[in-house]
Amino acid sequence: MTNNKDKTLLDNSGVDKTGVDKTLGEVLRSQGVSRRSFLKFCAATASMMAMSPAMIPKIAHALESARRPSVIWLSFQECTGCTESLTRAHTATIESLIFDFISLDYHHTLQAAAGHAAEEAREAAMKENDGKYLLVVDGSIPMDNPGYSTIAGISNYDMLMETAKGAAAIIAVGTCATYGGIPHADPNPTGAVSVGDLIKDKPIINVPGCPPIPVVITGVLMHFLTFGTIPELDHIGRPKVFYGQSIHDRCYRRPFYDKGLFAETFDDEGAKKGWCLYKLGCKGPTTYNACATTKWNDGTSWPIEAGHPCLGCSEPDFWDGGGFYKSLSMPTENITQTAIYTVAGAAAAGVALGAMNKNKKSSAVAAHNKTTIDDLEK
Amino acid sequence: MSNSTSVQFNIQVGDDLTHNVKPLLNEIKHGLDNLIETGRTTIIDLRSLPLAPGEEEKILNTLGQGEVQAQLNALGLSEVTETQYAGVWIVTHYNDEQHIISRFIEVTTMPEILCSQTEDVMEAYSRLTLDLADNP
Ligand code: SF4
Ligand code: SF4
Repeated sequence: MTNNKDKTLLDNSGVDKTGVDKTLGEVLRSQGVSRRSFLKFCAATASMMAMSPAMIPKIAHALESARRPSVIWLSFQECTGCTESLTRAHTATIESLIFDFISLDYHHTLQAAAGHAAEEAREAAMKENDGKYLLVVDGSIPMDNPGYSTIAGISNYDMLMETAKGAAAIIAVGTCATYGGIPHADPNPTGAVSVGDLIKDKPIINVPGCPPIPVVITGVLMHFLTFGTIPELDHIGRPKVFYGQSIHDRCYRRPFYDKGLFAETFDDEGAKKGWCLYKLGCKGPTTYNACATTKWNDGTSWPIEAGHPCLGCSEPDFWDGGGFYKSLSMPTENITQTAIYTVAGAAAAGVALGAMNKNKKSSAVAAHNKTTIDDLEK
Repeated sequence: MSNSTSVQFNIQVGDDLTHNVKPLLNEIKHGLDNLIETGRTTIIDLRSLPLAPGEEEKILNTLGQGEVQAQLNALGLSEVTETQYAGVWIVTHYNDEQHIISRFIEVTTMPEILCSQTEDVMEAYSRLTLDLADNP
Protein backbone atom coordinates (compact mmCIF):
# COMPACT_ATOMS: atom_id res chain seq x y z
CA MET A 1 0.00 0.00 0.00
CA THR A 2 2.90 2.31 0.72
CA ASN A 3 3.95 1.82 -2.87
CA ASN A 4 0.49 2.64 -3.94
CA LYS A 5 0.60 5.85 -1.92
CA ASP A 6 3.92 6.86 -3.41
CA LYS A 7 2.58 6.11 -6.84
CA THR A 8 -0.37 8.35 -6.26
CA LEU A 9 1.84 11.20 -5.15
CA LEU A 10 4.22 10.80 -8.03
CA ASP A 11 1.49 10.41 -10.57
CA ASN A 12 0.03 13.75 -9.66
CA SER A 13 2.80 15.63 -11.38
CA GLY A 14 0.37 17.76 -13.25
CA VAL A 15 0.10 15.37 -16.17
CA ASP A 16 -2.64 13.10 -14.94
CA LYS A 17 -5.76 15.17 -14.53
CA THR A 18 -8.28 12.33 -14.71
CA GLY A 19 -10.91 12.55 -12.07
CA VAL A 20 -10.41 16.19 -11.16
CA ASP A 21 -14.12 16.77 -11.72
CA LYS A 22 -15.33 13.67 -9.92
CA THR A 23 -16.74 13.76 -6.43
CA LEU A 24 -14.98 11.73 -3.76
CA GLY A 25 -17.99 9.37 -3.65
CA GLU A 26 -17.57 8.70 -7.37
CA VAL A 27 -13.80 8.26 -7.09
CA LEU A 28 -14.21 5.73 -4.28
CA ARG A 29 -17.01 3.79 -5.95
CA SER A 30 -15.03 3.57 -9.19
CA GLN A 31 -12.21 2.05 -7.13
CA GLY A 32 -14.56 -0.59 -5.74
CA VAL A 33 -14.53 0.84 -2.20
CA SER A 34 -17.65 -0.42 -0.40
CA ARG A 35 -19.99 1.82 1.52
CA ARG A 36 -18.94 0.08 4.71
CA SER A 37 -15.30 0.94 3.97
CA PHE A 38 -16.36 4.49 3.26
CA LEU A 39 -18.04 4.64 6.68
CA LYS A 40 -14.80 3.45 8.27
CA PHE A 41 -12.97 6.14 6.33
CA CYS A 42 -15.42 8.75 7.65
CA ALA A 43 -15.06 7.49 11.23
CA ALA A 44 -11.26 7.71 11.00
CA THR A 45 -11.56 11.13 9.36
CA ALA A 46 -13.83 12.42 12.15
CA SER A 47 -11.31 11.19 14.70
CA MET A 48 -8.49 12.77 12.69
CA MET A 49 -10.35 16.10 12.52
CA ALA A 50 -10.91 15.89 16.29
CA MET A 51 -14.64 16.06 15.63
CA SER A 52 -17.36 14.43 17.64
CA PRO A 53 -18.35 10.98 16.32
CA ALA A 54 -21.85 12.46 16.07
CA MET A 55 -20.51 14.32 13.03
CA ILE A 56 -19.76 11.11 11.09
CA PRO A 57 -23.01 11.15 9.03
CA LYS A 58 -22.42 14.84 8.16
CA ILE A 59 -18.83 14.10 7.16
CA ALA A 60 -20.00 11.17 5.05
CA HIS A 61 -22.55 13.38 3.32
CA ALA A 62 -20.08 16.20 2.67
CA LEU A 63 -17.32 13.88 1.45
CA GLU A 64 -19.67 12.03 -0.90
CA SER A 65 -20.27 15.16 -2.89
CA ALA A 66 -16.92 16.93 -2.33
CA ARG A 67 -14.97 17.63 -5.52
CA ARG A 68 -11.33 16.82 -6.02
CA PRO A 69 -9.39 20.00 -5.29
CA SER A 70 -6.09 21.08 -6.73
CA VAL A 71 -3.33 21.52 -4.15
CA ILE A 72 -0.08 23.37 -4.69
CA TRP A 73 2.55 22.83 -2.02
CA LEU A 74 5.49 25.24 -1.77
CA SER A 75 8.55 24.55 0.38
CA PHE A 76 10.80 27.46 1.33
CA GLN A 77 13.42 27.70 4.13
CA GLU A 78 12.64 24.37 5.77
CA CYS A 79 14.15 20.99 6.63
CA THR A 80 11.49 18.83 4.89
CA GLY A 81 10.51 17.56 8.35
CA CYS A 82 6.95 18.76 7.79
CA THR A 83 6.57 16.83 4.53
CA GLU A 84 8.26 13.87 6.18
CA SER A 85 5.75 14.09 9.03
CA LEU A 86 2.81 14.23 6.62
CA THR A 87 3.92 11.33 4.45
CA ARG A 88 4.51 9.25 7.55
CA ALA A 89 0.98 9.84 8.79
CA HIS A 90 0.02 6.50 10.23
CA THR A 91 -3.26 5.90 8.50
CA ALA A 92 -1.68 4.27 5.46
CA THR A 93 -4.81 3.13 3.65
CA ILE A 94 -6.93 6.08 4.61
CA GLU A 95 -4.01 8.36 3.85
CA SER A 96 -3.62 6.97 0.36
CA LEU A 97 -7.32 7.64 -0.17
CA ILE A 98 -6.79 11.26 0.78
CA PHE A 99 -3.95 11.52 -1.68
CA ASP A 100 -6.12 9.87 -4.30
CA PHE A 101 -8.71 12.44 -3.55
CA ILE A 102 -6.64 15.58 -3.78
CA SER A 103 -4.87 16.52 -6.96
CA LEU A 104 -1.41 17.35 -5.64
CA ASP A 105 -0.28 19.33 -8.65
CA TYR A 106 2.99 20.66 -7.33
CA HIS A 107 5.22 19.56 -4.49
CA HIS A 108 8.88 19.69 -5.40
CA THR A 109 9.95 16.95 -2.97
CA LEU A 110 7.24 14.48 -3.94
CA GLN A 111 6.56 15.12 -7.60
CA ALA A 112 8.32 13.21 -10.35
CA ALA A 113 8.70 16.22 -12.61
CA ALA A 114 11.65 18.57 -12.09
CA GLY A 115 12.93 21.87 -13.46
CA HIS A 116 10.85 23.50 -16.19
CA ALA A 117 8.29 20.67 -16.28
CA ALA A 118 7.63 21.13 -12.55
CA GLU A 119 7.22 24.89 -12.84
CA GLU A 120 4.93 24.39 -15.84
CA ALA A 121 2.79 22.02 -13.75
CA ARG A 122 2.46 24.72 -11.09
CA GLU A 123 1.57 27.40 -13.61
CA ALA A 124 -0.93 25.10 -15.35
CA ALA A 125 -2.61 24.21 -12.04
CA MET A 126 -2.80 27.89 -11.09
CA LYS A 127 -4.37 28.83 -14.39
CA GLU A 128 -6.86 25.97 -14.56
CA ASN A 129 -8.01 26.33 -10.96
CA ASP A 130 -7.71 30.07 -10.54
CA GLY A 131 -9.35 31.20 -7.31
CA LYS A 132 -10.06 27.60 -6.25
CA TYR A 133 -6.82 25.84 -5.44
CA LEU A 134 -5.47 25.24 -1.99
CA LEU A 135 -1.96 26.53 -1.32
CA VAL A 136 0.10 24.74 1.30
CA VAL A 137 3.38 26.32 2.40
CA ASP A 138 6.12 24.97 4.62
CA GLY A 139 9.25 26.94 5.48
CA SER A 140 9.88 30.62 6.12
CA ILE A 141 10.66 33.31 3.57
CA PRO A 142 14.05 35.10 3.65
CA MET A 143 13.65 38.85 3.16
CA ASP A 144 17.27 40.02 3.60
CA ASN A 145 18.55 38.62 0.36
CA PRO A 146 16.27 36.80 -2.10
CA GLY A 147 19.24 34.67 -3.15
CA TYR A 148 19.29 32.88 0.22
CA SER A 149 16.58 30.52 -1.01
CA THR A 150 15.33 30.09 -4.55
CA ILE A 151 13.48 27.44 -6.54
CA ALA A 152 14.14 27.21 -10.27
CA GLY A 153 15.77 30.63 -9.98
CA ILE A 154 12.63 32.18 -8.50
CA SER A 155 12.95 33.74 -5.07
CA ASN A 156 10.74 32.34 -2.30
CA TYR A 157 9.06 35.72 -1.92
CA ASP A 158 8.17 36.00 -5.63
CA MET A 159 6.92 32.43 -5.80
CA LEU A 160 4.76 32.85 -2.70
CA MET A 161 3.22 36.13 -3.83
CA GLU A 162 2.56 34.84 -7.33
CA THR A 163 1.04 31.54 -6.20
CA ALA A 164 -1.00 33.04 -3.36
CA LYS A 165 -2.85 35.37 -5.73
CA GLY A 166 -5.22 32.74 -7.13
CA ALA A 167 -5.48 30.54 -4.01
CA ALA A 168 -8.81 29.99 -2.26
CA ALA A 169 -6.99 29.61 1.04
CA ILE A 170 -3.51 29.02 2.38
CA ILE A 171 -2.43 26.43 4.92
CA ALA A 172 0.90 27.33 6.54
CA VAL A 173 2.39 24.06 7.77
CA GLY A 174 5.07 23.99 10.48
CA THR A 175 6.41 26.61 12.82
CA CYS A 176 8.71 28.08 10.12
CA ALA A 177 5.84 28.92 7.76
CA THR A 178 3.52 29.99 10.56
CA TYR A 179 5.82 32.04 12.79
CA GLY A 180 9.30 31.98 11.24
CA GLY A 181 10.54 28.99 13.26
CA ILE A 182 14.21 28.07 13.42
CA PRO A 183 15.34 30.41 10.60
CA HIS A 184 13.67 33.28 12.46
CA ALA A 185 15.51 32.50 15.72
CA ASP A 186 17.74 35.27 17.02
CA PRO A 187 19.75 36.72 15.26
CA ASN A 188 17.62 35.71 12.24
CA PRO A 189 20.46 35.80 9.71
CA THR A 190 18.25 35.57 6.62
CA GLY A 191 15.56 38.01 7.74
CA ALA A 192 13.09 35.10 7.80
CA VAL A 193 9.38 35.94 8.00
CA SER A 194 6.22 33.85 8.08
CA VAL A 195 3.51 33.51 5.43
CA GLY A 196 1.16 35.57 7.58
CA ASP A 197 3.72 38.39 7.75
CA LEU A 198 3.51 38.78 3.98
CA ILE A 199 -0.02 37.87 3.00
CA LYS A 200 -2.91 39.78 4.47
CA ASP A 201 -5.71 39.34 1.94
CA LYS A 202 -6.25 35.56 2.01
CA PRO A 203 -7.58 33.20 4.65
CA ILE A 204 -4.55 31.55 6.28
CA ILE A 205 -4.73 28.49 8.52
CA ASN A 206 -1.64 28.13 10.71
CA VAL A 207 -0.65 24.56 11.54
CA PRO A 208 2.48 25.04 13.66
CA GLY A 209 4.70 22.39 15.23
CA CYS A 210 8.27 21.34 14.63
CA PRO A 211 7.06 19.29 12.88
CA PRO A 212 3.27 19.42 13.24
CA ILE A 213 1.64 16.14 14.27
CA PRO A 214 0.92 14.19 11.05
CA VAL A 215 -2.77 13.67 11.75
CA VAL A 216 -3.14 17.35 12.58
CA ILE A 217 -1.86 18.22 9.09
CA THR A 218 -4.17 15.71 7.43
CA GLY A 219 -6.99 16.65 9.78
CA VAL A 220 -6.79 20.31 8.74
CA LEU A 221 -6.48 19.38 5.06
CA MET A 222 -9.49 17.09 5.41
CA HIS A 223 -11.52 19.76 7.15
CA PHE A 224 -10.99 22.12 4.24
CA LEU A 225 -11.64 19.40 1.67
CA THR A 226 -14.71 18.07 3.45
CA PHE A 227 -16.49 21.27 4.29
CA GLY A 228 -14.74 23.74 2.00
CA THR A 229 -14.46 26.09 4.97
CA ILE A 230 -11.81 27.31 7.35
CA PRO A 231 -12.05 25.75 10.81
CA GLU A 232 -12.45 28.09 13.77
CA LEU A 233 -9.07 29.69 14.52
CA ASP A 234 -7.46 31.06 17.67
CA HIS A 235 -5.87 34.52 18.00
CA ILE A 236 -2.74 33.40 16.14
CA GLY A 237 -4.50 31.58 13.34
CA ARG A 238 -4.44 28.00 14.65
CA PRO A 239 -7.47 25.68 14.39
CA LYS A 240 -9.05 25.56 17.83
CA VAL A 241 -9.93 21.87 17.62
CA PHE A 242 -6.24 20.99 17.73
CA TYR A 243 -4.69 24.01 19.42
CA GLY A 244 -7.54 25.08 21.69
CA GLN A 245 -6.08 23.64 24.87
CA SER A 246 -2.62 23.81 26.32
CA ILE A 247 -0.41 20.76 26.63
CA HIS A 248 -0.56 21.37 30.39
CA ASP A 249 -4.37 21.31 30.50
CA ARG A 250 -4.50 17.89 28.90
CA CYS A 251 -1.30 16.43 30.31
CA TYR A 252 -1.71 13.13 32.14
CA ARG A 253 1.04 14.26 34.58
CA ARG A 254 -1.17 17.15 35.65
CA PRO A 255 -2.38 15.43 38.84
CA PHE A 256 1.27 15.49 40.03
CA TYR A 257 1.63 19.12 39.14
CA ASP A 258 -1.52 19.85 41.08
CA LYS A 259 -0.11 18.02 44.09
CA GLY A 260 3.25 19.81 43.79
CA LEU A 261 5.16 16.64 42.90
CA PHE A 262 8.00 17.46 40.50
CA ALA A 263 10.94 15.60 38.97
CA GLU A 264 14.06 17.63 39.80
CA THR A 265 16.45 15.74 37.52
CA PHE A 266 15.99 13.27 34.70
CA ASP A 267 16.91 10.31 36.87
CA ASP A 268 15.65 11.06 40.35
CA GLU A 269 12.86 9.28 42.18
CA GLY A 270 10.29 11.77 40.89
CA ALA A 271 11.32 11.18 37.27
CA LYS A 272 11.03 7.43 37.80
CA LYS A 273 7.59 7.85 39.29
CA GLY A 274 6.44 9.88 36.33
CA TRP A 275 5.99 13.16 38.21
CA CYS A 276 5.50 16.53 36.56
CA LEU A 277 8.39 17.84 34.42
CA TYR A 278 7.76 21.52 35.13
CA LYS A 279 11.03 22.08 36.95
CA LEU A 280 12.94 20.41 34.13
CA GLY A 281 11.78 23.18 31.82
CA CYS A 282 8.42 21.91 30.59
CA LYS A 283 6.76 24.55 28.36
CA GLY A 284 3.42 22.70 28.51
CA PRO A 285 1.69 25.54 30.39
CA THR A 286 2.34 28.06 27.57
CA THR A 287 2.12 25.66 24.61
CA TYR A 288 -1.00 24.89 22.63
CA ASN A 289 -0.93 21.67 20.64
CA ALA A 290 -2.67 18.29 20.39
CA CYS A 291 0.21 16.02 21.53
CA ALA A 292 -1.43 15.04 24.82
CA THR A 293 -4.42 13.46 23.07
CA THR A 294 -3.27 12.67 19.53
CA LYS A 295 0.21 11.54 20.59
CA TRP A 296 2.95 10.59 18.12
CA ASN A 297 4.02 7.53 16.14
CA ASP A 298 0.67 5.86 15.59
CA GLY A 299 -0.63 7.18 18.90
CA THR A 300 2.13 5.26 20.70
CA SER A 301 3.45 7.96 23.00
CA TRP A 302 4.50 11.59 23.12
CA PRO A 303 7.44 13.59 24.49
CA ILE A 304 6.12 14.03 28.03
CA GLU A 305 5.10 10.37 28.22
CA ALA A 306 8.68 9.54 27.17
CA GLY A 307 9.92 11.59 30.12
CA HIS A 308 10.99 14.75 28.32
CA PRO A 309 9.55 18.21 28.92
CA CYS A 310 7.59 19.95 26.17
CA LEU A 311 9.80 22.41 24.24
CA GLY A 312 6.93 24.57 23.10
CA CYS A 313 7.47 23.81 19.42
CA SER A 314 4.09 25.07 18.24
CA GLU A 315 4.49 28.58 19.66
CA PRO A 316 5.96 31.74 18.09
CA ASP A 317 9.61 32.39 19.07
CA PHE A 318 9.98 29.00 20.67
CA TRP A 319 13.74 29.04 20.07
CA ASP A 320 14.11 32.35 21.84
CA GLY A 321 11.88 31.66 24.81
CA GLY A 322 14.69 30.89 27.27
CA GLY A 323 16.52 27.58 27.74
CA PHE A 324 14.68 24.38 26.93
CA TYR A 325 15.59 23.01 30.34
CA LYS A 326 14.96 26.16 32.34
CA SER A 327 11.63 26.16 34.07
CA LEU A 328 9.17 28.82 33.05
CA SER A 329 8.76 30.48 36.42
CA MET A 330 11.38 29.32 38.74
CA PRO A 331 11.40 29.40 42.50
CA THR A 332 10.44 26.31 44.37
CA GLU A 333 8.35 28.13 46.97
CA ASN A 334 6.31 29.73 44.23
CA ILE A 335 5.51 26.46 42.60
CA THR A 336 4.66 24.80 45.88
CA GLN A 337 2.59 27.82 46.81
CA THR A 338 0.78 27.62 43.50
CA ALA A 339 0.34 23.92 43.98
CA ILE A 340 -1.39 24.54 47.30
CA TYR A 341 -3.82 26.93 45.69
CA THR A 342 -4.21 24.50 42.86
CA VAL A 343 -5.61 21.81 45.09
CA ALA A 344 -8.33 24.28 46.00
CA GLY A 345 -9.01 25.50 42.48
CA ALA A 346 -6.98 23.91 39.73
CA ALA A 347 -8.34 26.06 36.93
CA ALA A 348 -7.81 29.40 38.64
CA ALA A 349 -4.26 28.58 39.66
CA GLY A 350 -3.55 27.32 36.17
CA VAL A 351 -4.62 30.67 34.78
CA ALA A 352 -2.50 32.55 37.30
CA LEU A 353 0.54 30.47 36.55
CA GLY A 354 -0.10 30.77 32.84
CA ALA A 355 0.01 34.55 33.17
CA MET A 356 3.18 34.32 35.23
CA ASN A 357 4.74 32.11 32.59
CA LYS A 358 3.74 34.39 29.74
CA ASN A 359 5.54 37.29 31.42
CA LYS A 360 8.57 35.18 32.00
CA LYS A 361 8.54 34.12 28.38
CA SER A 362 8.26 37.66 27.08
CA SER A 363 11.07 38.87 29.30
CA ALA A 364 13.20 35.98 28.06
CA VAL A 365 12.42 37.00 24.51
CA ALA A 366 13.23 40.61 25.30
CA ALA A 367 16.56 39.62 26.83
CA HIS A 368 17.32 37.40 23.82
CA ASN A 369 18.16 34.50 26.09
CA LYS A 370 19.90 31.81 24.14
CA THR A 371 20.16 28.14 24.95
CA THR A 372 23.74 27.34 25.76
CA ILE A 373 25.49 24.05 26.25
CA ASP A 374 25.37 24.88 29.96
CA ASP A 375 21.59 24.98 29.80
CA LEU A 376 21.48 21.60 28.16
CA GLU A 377 23.85 20.10 30.67
CA LYS A 378 22.10 21.49 33.69
CA MET B 1 2.99 -2.71 32.73
CA SER B 2 3.39 -1.23 36.18
CA ASN B 3 6.34 -3.43 37.16
CA SER B 4 9.18 -3.96 34.76
CA THR B 5 12.19 -5.69 36.24
CA SER B 6 14.56 -5.84 33.29
CA VAL B 7 14.06 -2.36 31.82
CA GLN B 8 13.64 0.73 33.96
CA PHE B 9 11.08 3.07 32.49
CA ASN B 10 10.49 6.34 34.16
CA ILE B 11 6.78 5.88 33.79
CA GLN B 12 4.68 4.20 36.39
CA VAL B 13 1.02 3.55 36.28
CA GLY B 14 -0.18 4.31 39.72
CA ASP B 15 -3.82 4.34 40.72
CA ASP B 16 -3.56 8.03 41.46
CA LEU B 17 -2.77 8.64 37.79
CA THR B 18 -5.89 7.16 36.33
CA HIS B 19 -8.13 10.15 36.53
CA ASN B 20 -10.04 9.49 33.36
CA VAL B 21 -11.20 5.93 33.92
CA LYS B 22 -14.04 6.62 36.37
CA PRO B 23 -15.57 9.58 34.47
CA LEU B 24 -15.48 7.57 31.26
CA LEU B 25 -17.21 4.59 32.85
CA ASN B 26 -19.83 6.98 34.18
CA GLU B 27 -20.31 8.40 30.70
CA ILE B 28 -20.84 4.85 29.41
CA LYS B 29 -23.42 4.24 32.12
CA HIS B 30 -25.15 7.44 31.07
CA GLY B 31 -25.02 6.18 27.47
CA LEU B 32 -26.72 2.92 28.47
CA ASP B 33 -29.40 4.86 30.29
CA ASN B 34 -29.93 6.92 27.14
CA LEU B 35 -30.13 3.79 25.00
CA ILE B 36 -32.77 2.27 27.26
CA GLU B 37 -34.84 5.45 27.53
CA THR B 38 -34.62 6.85 24.01
CA GLY B 39 -32.87 4.23 21.86
CA ARG B 40 -30.18 6.78 21.07
CA THR B 41 -26.61 5.73 20.32
CA THR B 42 -23.61 7.24 22.13
CA ILE B 43 -20.17 7.11 20.53
CA ILE B 44 -16.99 8.03 22.41
CA ASP B 45 -13.74 8.55 20.52
CA LEU B 46 -11.03 7.10 22.74
CA ARG B 47 -8.41 9.11 20.86
CA SER B 48 -9.98 12.37 21.95
CA LEU B 49 -9.18 11.76 25.61
CA PRO B 50 -5.88 12.59 27.30
CA LEU B 51 -5.15 9.14 28.70
CA ALA B 52 -2.14 8.23 30.81
CA PRO B 53 -0.06 5.22 29.87
CA GLY B 54 -2.04 2.14 30.81
CA GLU B 55 -5.40 3.90 31.12
CA GLU B 56 -6.78 2.64 27.84
CA GLU B 57 -5.91 -0.94 28.84
CA LYS B 58 -7.54 -0.34 32.18
CA ILE B 59 -10.76 0.84 30.52
CA LEU B 60 -10.78 -2.10 28.12
CA ASN B 61 -10.06 -4.57 30.93
CA THR B 62 -12.86 -3.16 33.05
CA LEU B 63 -15.31 -3.45 30.16
CA GLY B 64 -14.16 -7.01 29.46
CA GLN B 65 -15.47 -9.27 26.72
CA GLY B 66 -19.04 -10.28 26.01
CA GLU B 67 -20.78 -12.61 23.61
CA VAL B 68 -19.97 -11.07 20.22
CA GLN B 69 -16.69 -10.65 18.43
CA ALA B 70 -16.65 -9.67 14.76
CA GLN B 71 -13.93 -8.86 12.29
CA LEU B 72 -14.35 -6.85 9.13
CA ASN B 73 -12.07 -6.47 6.23
CA ALA B 74 -12.76 -3.00 4.96
CA LEU B 75 -9.74 -0.81 4.11
CA GLY B 76 -7.74 -2.88 6.55
CA LEU B 77 -8.98 -4.85 9.53
CA SER B 78 -11.61 -3.69 12.01
CA GLU B 79 -12.66 -5.43 15.19
CA VAL B 80 -16.07 -5.04 16.70
CA THR B 81 -16.54 -6.56 20.14
CA GLU B 82 -19.41 -6.49 22.55
CA THR B 83 -18.15 -6.02 26.08
CA GLN B 84 -19.43 -7.85 29.14
CA TYR B 85 -21.98 -5.04 29.38
CA ALA B 86 -24.52 -5.77 26.64
CA GLY B 87 -24.99 -2.71 24.46
CA VAL B 88 -21.45 -1.47 25.05
CA TRP B 89 -19.20 -2.16 22.06
CA ILE B 90 -15.55 -1.51 21.28
CA VAL B 91 -14.92 -0.68 17.63
CA THR B 92 -11.25 -0.68 16.62
CA HIS B 93 -10.09 0.24 13.12
CA TYR B 94 -6.65 -0.83 11.93
CA ASN B 95 -4.68 0.14 8.85
CA ASP B 96 -2.76 -2.23 6.58
CA GLU B 97 0.16 -2.26 8.97
CA GLN B 98 -2.04 -3.43 11.85
CA HIS B 99 -1.74 -0.08 13.59
CA ILE B 100 -4.81 1.22 15.34
CA ILE B 101 -6.09 4.26 13.47
CA SER B 102 -9.13 4.90 15.60
CA ARG B 103 -10.95 3.32 18.50
CA PHE B 104 -14.47 4.06 19.63
CA ILE B 105 -16.72 2.94 22.43
CA GLU B 106 -20.23 2.65 21.00
CA VAL B 107 -23.26 2.33 23.21
CA THR B 108 -25.84 0.86 20.86
CA THR B 109 -27.73 -2.34 20.07
CA MET B 110 -25.75 -2.79 16.85
CA PRO B 111 -22.77 -0.75 15.61
CA GLU B 112 -23.63 0.79 12.26
CA ILE B 113 -20.46 -0.54 10.61
CA LEU B 114 -21.69 -4.14 11.12
CA CYS B 115 -24.94 -3.56 9.24
CA SER B 116 -25.04 -4.22 5.51
CA GLN B 117 -25.22 -0.85 3.79
CA THR B 118 -27.99 -0.09 1.31
CA GLU B 119 -25.52 0.94 -1.44
CA ASP B 120 -23.59 -2.30 -1.01
CA VAL B 121 -26.80 -4.34 -1.05
CA MET B 122 -27.90 -2.64 -4.28
CA GLU B 123 -24.51 -3.30 -5.84
CA ALA B 124 -24.73 -6.93 -4.71
CA TYR B 125 -28.15 -7.27 -6.33
CA SER B 126 -26.89 -6.06 -9.72
CA ARG B 127 -23.80 -8.23 -9.50
CA LEU B 128 -25.77 -11.36 -8.69
CA THR B 129 -28.24 -10.56 -11.47
CA LEU B 130 -25.33 -10.25 -13.94
CA ASP B 131 -23.70 -13.45 -12.66
CA LEU B 132 -26.95 -15.34 -13.12
CA ALA B 133 -27.37 -13.93 -16.62
CA ASP B 134 -23.82 -15.00 -17.47
CA ASN B 135 -24.35 -18.54 -16.23
CA PRO B 136 -27.93 -19.43 -17.04
S1 SF4 C 1 4.19 21.20 33.48
FE1 SF4 C 1 4.47 19.81 31.74
S2 SF4 C 1 4.70 17.73 32.64
FE2 SF4 C 1 3.85 19.09 34.22
S3 SF4 C 1 1.65 18.81 34.05
FE3 SF4 C 1 2.17 20.60 32.81
S4 SF4 C 1 2.48 19.82 30.73
FE4 SF4 C 1 2.54 18.05 32.15
S1 SF4 D 1 5.25 18.03 23.53
FE1 SF4 D 1 5.56 20.22 23.11
S2 SF4 D 1 7.57 20.37 22.04
FE2 SF4 D 1 6.92 18.22 22.03
S3 SF4 D 1 5.91 17.98 20.05
FE3 SF4 D 1 4.30 18.46 21.56
S4 SF4 D 1 4.09 20.72 21.51
FE4 SF4 D 1 6.01 20.20 20.46
